[in-house]
Amino acid sequence: MAIGVKVVSRPIDEVSYVRATLGGMKRTLRHVFEEKVTTQYPEEKESISKRWRGTHRMLTTEDGKAKCVGCGLCPSVCPANCIKLVPGEDEQGNRYPLVFEIDEFRCIFCGYCQEVCPEEAIHVGRHYENAEYSREGFVYDLERLMAQTHPVCEMWDPADPKGE
Amino acid sequence: MIPMPALLEIAGPTTEPGFGVWLVATIVKMIIVFTLYMLGAALFTLAERKISAWMQDRHGPNRVGKGWLQPIADGVKNFVKEETYPDAANLPLFILAPMLSFIPALVTWAVIPFAAPWGSRWGIIEMVLAPMPVGFLFILAFSSVGIYGIVIAGWASNNKYALLGSIRSSAQMVSYEIAMGMSTIPVLLLAGNVSMSKIVNQQAFETWNVLNLTVAFFIFLIAAFAETNRLPFDLPEAESELITGYHTEYSAMKFSLFFIAEYCNMLTASALMATLFFGGWDIPFTLWDNVAPHTGLKTLLTLAAFTTKTLFFVFFFMWIRWTLPRFRYDQLMSLGWKFLLPLALGYIVAVSGTVVTLDALGFARGSVPFHTGLILLNLAAVVILFNIVDRGRLISPAFSRLNTRDLDKLRAVSAPHRAPRVPESGD
Repeated sequence: MAIGVKVVSRPIDEVSYVRATLGGMKRTLRHVFEEKVTTQYPEEKESISKRWRGTHRMLTTEDGKAKCVGCGLCPSVCPANCIKLVPGEDEQGNRYPLVFEIDEFRCIFCGYCQEVCPEEAIHVGRHYENAEYSREGFVYDLERLMAQTHPVCEMWDPADPKGE
Repeated sequence: MIPMPALLEIAGPTTEPGFGVWLVATIVKMIIVFTLYMLGAALFTLAERKISAWMQDRHGPNRVGKGWLQPIADGVKNFVKEETYPDAANLPLFILAPMLSFIPALVTWAVIPFAAPWGSRWGIIEMVLAPMPVGFLFILAFSSVGIYGIVIAGWASNNKYALLGSIRSSAQMVSYEIAMGMSTIPVLLLAGNVSMSKIVNQQAFETWNVLNLTVAFFIFLIAAFAETNRLPFDLPEAESELITGYHTEYSAMKFSLFFIAEYCNMLTASALMATLFFGGWDIPFTLWDNVAPHTGLKTLLTLAAFTTKTLFFVFFFMWIRWTLPRFRYDQLMSLGWKFLLPLALGYIVAVSGTVVTLDALGFARGSVPFHTGLILLNLAAVVILFNIVDRGRLISPAFSRLNTRDLDKLRAVSAPHRAPRVPESGD
């Protein structure tokens, strides 16, 4: 009901439809000549944060073996239960992973595995172009994790622990 | 005069060409004009996307052939997509509708003169597909046929959104067609003719109608936006309310035809605005392009003038589309019936009164006093329209004014303990 609607008498500049339209047209026309903000994606890429958490990477020792000692902390801490680890032991008593698989589809990229790892072996990576043609392709095995070359996430910067 | 290349210098006979020449020339003109027309409509889809992108600080399509081949990519995509037919649709009408919306837009173009006549060695060739003496009436007739495509599409789809869209569309087009027709009557009054080439000539030798009849141009502009279903009048489509209105159920090339029809309508409306109000193919400030001898160079230059004017209005259509939001339905109707129609009728009376008075005072058509009189009337009308009428009344705001007695009655019902007070004055 129209009762109580306060009808204000405004100056013509504010109520004129034609003037408002012309003002709007001036604004849109000005934007035609303005600098464009689009990033032309495949050619140029936005820089991502140092703390970006993307697909995983397993770091290796100098002799090319995985740093992982199969302690089992990462599958325990993983909230999405996406890490499959079967530990093995060689004749010198060094533990190593027999099977180490990460299902990147189930992973929620929380980065707990990297936080918890005592050997700094498993890392989440600064990487996002990870499309695959099949669902199976998203289960990364140990070899694939070791073959990744992208930079890894810096969970926190020692100089700036709060991420400011 | 500018020296002309030898090829264009052939000053042909000034007689009417024979039937054979006329037939061949007409067929050649049809092929060239409609090819360019369709190519233009295709490129306008690209232009629209580019302009919308620029206005939003983006780049727009720039992948397929640097963006230029994007219309072809869209066309190929639309051809290879699946055609869907709803089970409950009325199939013959469903198929007929896209054609019906597409063809009138194309046919309307036939009577628009797009360049000065070309005096070829075979005789003078008119640069219009069909130099009809009833040119303008033909346009009015065909622009009302275009609506059938939309109405039939909505009805045949058997879909509530489509039907609502087509009902809206028919109401809108019927409403604005009246204002559109009325707004062009002053143009016909000044030209004294409905033939398009006569209207162009009158403007070339006197003044452009936009200077004489700015208010008529303003009404025609608004009505043209409503007739072509472009924003801010795209209520038949209204994505946020009606999915996409009448073409909700259409897919692939049939959808594409509706899309092309929209751009063809836009092109035709732009050409009409250029022809009726901006002198058609006339090059401003000169008369040499309007008089004999009709050479090829004149034809080319006037064609360029006409193209420039038309393309400007096409750009204007897109510019408005990416500037203004869509109207509410009641605003649309009240603008059409309560504002544009009375304005157009009043303007006809004012213009015809002025013309009769000036004629009676003995000023010849085309003389300086005659047009000074018209321009003075025009200035007064523009001042009245944009300074006095346009005070929040062009588009009705989101409340309705009650008259004082009703307001007091309602106040008494809702708050009987309060004494009726004087309502705040208007605006």
